[in-house]
Amino acid sequence: MIDPAPILARFPQVALDPATHALVVPSQHATAIATWLRDDPAFALDYASNVTGVDYLPVEKKQKVKQPDGTETEETVSQPGYFEVVYHLYSMRLKNGPLVIRQRTEGRENPSVASLTPVYRSAEFQEREVFDLYGIQFRGHPDLRRILMWDEFVDFPMRKDYKAPDDFEYEPTPHDSVLTEAKKHYTP
Amino acid sequence: MDEGLRSELQKAGVFVTSLESLYNWGRKNSIWPLGFGIACCAIEMIATAAARFDLSRFGAEVFRPSPRQADLMIVAGTVTKKMAPQVVRLYNQMPEPKYVIAMGACAISGGPFKQGYNVLKGVDRYIPVDIHIPGCPPRPEALLHGLMELQNKIAAQRTLGSAGRRNNPAYEAADRDMPIPQYGAHDLEPPYNKAVWQPPKLERDA
Repeated sequence: MIDPAPILARFPQVALDPATHALVVPSQHATAIATWLRDDPAFALDYASNVTGVDYLPVEKKQKVKQPDGTETEETVSQPGYFEVVYHLYSMRLKNGPLVIRQRTEGRENPSVASLTPVYRSAEFQEREVFDLYGIQFRGHPDLRRILMWDEFVDFPMRKDYKAPDDFEYEPTPHDSVLTEAKKHYTP
Repeated sequence: MDEGLRSELQKAGVFVTSLESLYNWGRKNSIWPLGFGIACCAIEMIATAAARFDLSRFGAEVFRPSPRQADLMIVAGTVTKKMAPQVVRLYNQMPEPKYVIAMGACAISGGPFKQGYNVLKGVDRYIPVDIHIPGCPPRPEALLHGLMELQNKIAAQRTLGSAGRRNNPAYEAADRDMPIPQYGAHDLEPPYNKAVWQPPKLERDA
């Protein structure tokens, strides 16, 4: 486990997520922070092993709020959705890691974060994969194209609101969500 | 000819056959598969071709690196939607008469990836498949059994003679090229080749 205290002291913009010990990095500072983490001899995080996307849908939940007069009222709390890109950094030289840093997008419309490919070359294909499956733009990526799906494809299949093409016309043993999809094709 | 008479004659030392049987006997024992593996089933296919299981016992050991020289396509593995047009193109490039074995759960139905967005739910949606081999992956014995079934199928084909007598589709149509699916915005277009595959009608309560 890497102690994040020196990073938090040097970069006050970085927030620590106590539940996951991950650093939430504002994307406008991400390149500078990653460069420092790579070059600083105390960290020497020279290897980005893993880049992942996460989709957080907007949440609406009802919450009970205590009023000053003692009564409880129910309020709807809504949180906007956003994407996150998670990087796992290791130090080959110090045999240390992982340090997890996360970049968050502003909302789910035209999401974009800073690319860390200029800092870690190994992030190039993985950022392309995140772009392909989540539609997150990486600012500063040298070659941002789809990598798994074909170029004519317009959807982003790993998003939680993705609708797969309806080809459930033949299902020998449908169940659960497949059953509801397959029922549309049943002849009455 | 009558099977009983044939066996009686054989006991007397007379071997009677038809030209067609000889012809098909030659065809079925010199199948040249396309050396073409797209997922883990290919490892089993390689094991089948290697010394222990020895596909050459059935005259099918010459895996060709070019579709122009092959007459059997063993679709050994998951066919992703991105790969499907290339598989159809390889099929079109093979000379007639040609046969297809769909090997493994993915190739016959999509297998464990059936409900995914990126895997074809069976290669028989775009090309005509002669033999389906289930398994994940099928054991080499299963592939050998599939090959023997294909040999039986070839032996039963009537290839010679007049047009009314023949039943080998390879000799009937001038052009059996399958249309190559296009990459669409959401899926392959068309999602299946209607001439080859239609969703079976399932009678069930709605």
